[in-house]
Amino acid sequence: MNSIKNQEPTSETIRLEARFQNYVDGENKVEPKDWMPGAYRKTLIRQISQHAHSEVVGMLPEANWIGRAPSLRRKVALLAKVQDEAGHGLYLYSAAETLGVDRRELLEELLAGKAKYSSIFNYPTPSWADMGAIGWLVDGAAIANQVMLCRTSYGPYARAMVKICKEESFHQRQGYEIMLYLSKGTPAQKAMAQDALNRWWWPSLMMFGPNDAESPNSAQSMRWKIKRKSNDELRQEFIDKTVPQAEFLGLSIPDPELRWNEARGHYDFGPINWEEFKQVVAGNGPCNRERLEARRKADEEGRWVREAANAYAQKQAQRRAQTSEVA
Amino acid sequence: MEFSPDLRTQHLLHLADNALILGQRLSEWCGHGPVLEQDIAIINTALDQIGQARMLYQHAGKGMNPALDEDQLAFFRTENQFLNFTMLELPNGDWAQTLVRQFFFDTYNYLQYERLTESSDPALRAIAGKALKEIGYHAQFSAEWVIRMGDGTEESHKRAQDAVDRLWPYTGEFFESDGFSAEAAVRRAAPLPSDLQPHWEEKVDAVLVEAGLKKPVLQWFQTGGRKGQHTEHMGYILAELQFLPRLHPEAQW
Amino acid sequence: MEAHNDNWKIWEVFIRSKNGLSHKHVGSLHAPDAEMAIKNARDVYTRRSEGISIWVVPSESITSSAPDEKDELFAPADDKVYRHPTFYDIPDEVGHI
Repeated sequence: MNSIKNQEPTSETIRLEARFQNYVDGENKVEPKDWMPGAYRKTLIRQISQHAHSEVVGMLPEANWIGRAPSLRRKVALLAKVQDEAGHGLYLYSAAETLGVDRRELLEELLAGKAKYSSIFNYPTPSWADMGAIGWLVDGAAIANQVMLCRTSYGPYARAMVKICKEESFHQRQGYEIMLYLSKGTPAQKAMAQDALNRWWWPSLMMFGPNDAESPNSAQSMRWKIKRKSNDELRQEFIDKTVPQAEFLGLSIPDPELRWNEARGHYDFGPINWEEFKQVVAGNGPCNRERLEARRKADEEGRWVREAANAYAQKQAQRRAQTSEVA
Repeated sequence: MEFSPDLRTQHLLHLADNALILGQRLSEWCGHGPVLEQDIAIINTALDQIGQARMLYQHAGKGMNPALDEDQLAFFRTENQFLNFTMLELPNGDWAQTLVRQFFFDTYNYLQYERLTESSDPALRAIAGKALKEIGYHAQFSAEWVIRMGDGTEESHKRAQDAVDRLWPYTGEFFESDGFSAEAAVRRAAPLPSDLQPHWEEKVDAVLVEAGLKKPVLQWFQTGGRKGQHTEHMGYILAELQFLPRLHPEAQW
Repeated sequence: MEAHNDNWKIWEVFIRSKNGLSHKHVGSLHAPDAEMAIKNARDVYTRRSEGISIWVVPSESITSSAPDEKDELFAPADDKVYRHPTFYDIPDEVGHI
């Protein structure tokens, strides 16, 4: 690389970018210190941090039911699941940090309302059945996306996703099991399950993002092999997999246009309300404000704790330095 | 629920209730911790506590006539049938109050469970063997935090001292040695609580000194938990904990 | 942001999953000091019994080779085929060596 230092920067960049594309096309992984296009780095930081924020904000709607879980078995399962989400947020922030940003900066963006996170977590969880629906549908949708990301071109992101996918495998099962008990339970329980499915179905489909035609960044992400499947492909896969699961539960999916299309080999489904999606992303969902307030409160009330631990660590380091001087 | 457990069962329920109520409180931190790493850590402790509660309820329930399961014991008893220490039902407050409470209780609990591993009750002995490792970690974790906060910043010192002063009156309950505790000691199923006090004070004193925190001089203590008499907070904990199964008593979850 | 001294430093975490295997890099975390880093690593990275021994190293203490020296550092080993057992021809009748 030294030999070409004198060349003009733009053509140098073009050459490097072409080499990078070639490298990625060869299914090679990019590691933190490798050269990468500025836009690739920026896209990754944005995507990984949004993903991390989603895990952390996503703790809140489910944490809402830990205290009220209806059996001790359900309580420990839910608690362990929400704890996993904290862990996944942490893995992802770590992956983002390999790109030269600090978790603190990313957090500040979230708390200032400047960063996005999955808008599904701006919906409320008024019922216990929501724990089932979230595990089954929201985690189901997330897993579809995450399995794809295990093969993403950026090494640290791919490794974080492998770990996350391994741990997530119990999440969807615990959600479906909750739905199974409710839908085979008393009439009140069954109604609870149907109500939750009615509320979570469409927001879950929105989780895959806008239609491919409306998603200009997707194409570049696919070229860089950050993303490996399009929004619409993933959404269709999810629907095809989920409809029979709902049938097994004896619950009906709230879409009158949903039906099997023999010719396509897929389910057809009704139009998604993208206006609702836009509004929730823009901050007008039922819980956007509460979610961010909760994160801000935790961060502000935690500051003295973090400061105390740093102050103590510094005092201890000084003390050690003094003792070794004396000795 | 018609409920008049014998002294042996009361002792097991006391151990289980301590674990459940503390676990229930700690789990309120989930999603609200001061930093992700600590959020995860405190939830590990909550999971350990609830796990211990489940084993203890199962053991207690099996010995009852008719036998009851863990959920019947956790969700269908009334407030005065819960025999946990009142300290454990107090609101979490800030990180200092949560960790100082944890430190006082973990230190007691470690000494207690160390002796429970020699219990004349084999099932309790087995539970204690597993729980002791967990509690040993909790005790280390909370003691380290007490030291960090006491010897951290001016603000953390003040908060830690305030937590010590506020919680100290609830520590007397640990060492009350009448009723089911005396009976368990006679059976050699558990240590006499008052026997643990000198060791507890020794350990607590050492940590408070290292943290630069003052031990309160007050010697008037709150009481009641072992007899099912609770603070104003307990009713709200049970309202939250129990409402769903009580609303649908015939349901499976 | 820097008015507050509340940002914990980054540590790299290495875990030995069982005796007989080496410690392997599993990720990073934030902690104020080494003791807490070990505890945090235990809570974050061994929730499913993934380990029996943990190393933590401040990220700033790690020196890494520069990727643009990759060729100079690693390519010269590529043609030293005589370092590999398949370079040598041993008649089959001799059996396994």
